[in-house]
Amino acid sequence: MSDAKAESLSALLRELLGDALLELRVERGELTATVPSTEIARVGLILRDAPQLLFKLLLDVSGVDYQTYGQADWQTQNATAAGFSRGVSKASEAHTNGDHPARFAAVYHLLSTVHNLRLRVKAWLSEEPPRLPTVTEVWPSADWYEREAFDLFGILFEGHPDLRRILTDYGFIGHPFRKDFPLEGYVEVRYDAEKQRVVYQPVSIENRTLVPRVIRSDVIKGH
Amino acid sequence: MPEIRNMTLNFGPQHPAAHGVLRLVLEMDGEVIERADPHIGLLHRGTEKLAESKPFNQSIGYMDRLDYVSMMCNEHAYVMAIERLLGITPPVRAQYIRVMFDEITRILNHLMWLGAHGLDIGAMTIFLYCFREREDLMDCYEAVSGTRMHATYYRPGGVYRDLPDRMPQYEPSKWRGEKEIKLLNANRQGSMLDFIEDFANRFPACVDEYETLLTDNRIWKQRTVDIGIVTPERAQALGFTGPMLRGSGIAWDLRKKQPYEVYADMDFDIPVGVNGDCYDRYLVRVEEMRQSARIISQCVTWLRANPGPVMLNDHKLTPPNRGDMKGDMESLIHHFKLFTEGYCVPAGEAYAAVEHPKGEFGVYLVSDGANKPYRLKARAPGFAHLAAMNELATGHMLADVVAIIGTMDIVFGEIDR
Repeated sequence: MSDAKAESLSALLRELLGDALLELRVERGELTATVPSTEIARVGLILRDAPQLLFKLLLDVSGVDYQTYGQADWQTQNATAAGFSRGVSKASEAHTNGDHPARFAAVYHLLSTVHNLRLRVKAWLSEEPPRLPTVTEVWPSADWYEREAFDLFGILFEGHPDLRRILTDYGFIGHPFRKDFPLEGYVEVRYDAEKQRVVYQPVSIENRTLVPRVIRSDVIKGH
Repeated sequence: MPEIRNMTLNFGPQHPAAHGVLRLVLEMDGEVIERADPHIGLLHRGTEKLAESKPFNQSIGYMDRLDYVSMMCNEHAYVMAIERLLGITPPVRAQYIRVMFDEITRILNHLMWLGAHGLDIGAMTIFLYCFREREDLMDCYEAVSGTRMHATYYRPGGVYRDLPDRMPQYEPSKWRGEKEIKLLNANRQGSMLDFIEDFANRFPACVDEYETLLTDNRIWKQRTVDIGIVTPERAQALGFTGPMLRGSGIAWDLRKKQPYEVYADMDFDIPVGVNGDCYDRYLVRVEEMRQSARIISQCVTWLRANPGPVMLNDHKLTPPNRGDMKGDMESLIHHFKLFTEGYCVPAGEAYAAVEHPKGEFGVYLVSDGANKPYRLKARAPGFAHLAAMNELATGHMLADVVAIIGTMDIVFGEIDR
């Protein structure tokens, strides 16, 4: 989106949403509007029906878990003094949400085919379990996207007509895309020849970090 | 009085018309669908979570495996999202190569779709016809990346390598004699661009052949006309994109409306449907193949005239020249760092979308400044399309469900992720 277009859209959003707009950011030509989670359905209606916007397409609903945001496996400041070790210590630091207002966020991507606009709407979810109203009434396409976010992150969409798991196995326990859910999971399945059926058992593989997670701000600046 | 109950039918996950692993629970009154409940996730591999545990470049290969019939288009969205966060633009030649391969991928995808869709609703021959041309395009994939399917060819900062000067040729074997090989290799004598140009020139005639088989075919029309009608309003409400949206008459194509790479310089048309039924969507996709061939020809002409780099020269992000690496210490360090640790991407978030053969494929990337994505969300077009299954199938007969699955162009790699 060009700067002028982003500017006019920002002005329009400020006018239409009023108090419901907590923050509006333009980054790399992409607009992100932060709204209170309780207001999401009302905001959705405005965005969809306002004649200057007409965001009729909800492209995506995505959960984000900010629990370990900005945490690296390796601190490399005093590397020369102490030397490196290949081992990676897990979860030694307190979880901070990386200075974000809450651990979870629901992110909506909207598209207006009439005015050729894109908008990202973000709602922070501070409750536990995270919850916010559904937007299925506004955009029917939200149905499966919200089921997915519920399945993977445990975000509860209040008023959703059919909030079942969608991607994980029948009878799955936990929400796998949360940052505290291990990559290798808790259970594995195999075929048991004696019982003549597939059985669940605790995972036999161990999580290994092949490449440590590092954050280097200096490289980016010098770039 | 006898008890009358609706019948519940399990369609799939091992049904040949279920396009992979779709489990469809159908509630039926006689042969009429009352409710369709797709159960998905049988191919869920947690691609997005896996990507969080790997350096950025190591996940490109996972993208191929999302929609595994349009590999390079998936890579494209991912690579574009990284490039947007890094704030880099690949060289123009790389952009042309990407556009050319996006269109080759579109033809690949549509051929697969056309063949499978035809086969599902009773047209056997079309499948064989489509796979004949698909083979040539697979060879292009192989020539440029070394693999026929999962190419991992696009990289942040360009493409992995330039187009080869020589198109690989068939070799005589126990099963194929000299004479047959000579015939097969007739259009492989020159460079890869010659081969692609030859393909783009003869492909419209191939599309004519497919159309002779289907477009005016009475059975084909009986199976597709007025099946699964979607109004333009409804198509938007359901989150449709790509041919599913254009079939309903909305001329929305990211290549035109929000052009990325060099699509703005390309001359092509967007076909739209009128009625929004399966037949219109068929016509739209067939016309798209012709338009793709047009774009490919334009790319070939440009690429021939303009040699140049295909990758940025910034070795913090792209690997150094192999030769340099042997003699130059700095290149060696760059190579080592890039392939072990990778590169760090500035904190922030970006959403990059491409006009994938199936619709809008988007990648939403959240970075916290590390060498791995913090969160990656792939927006798969098929997910929204399949979600509309209940609405499209209700009131239709069981046999029409197969036509509707076909017209959605379902591929489970991208839906289940």
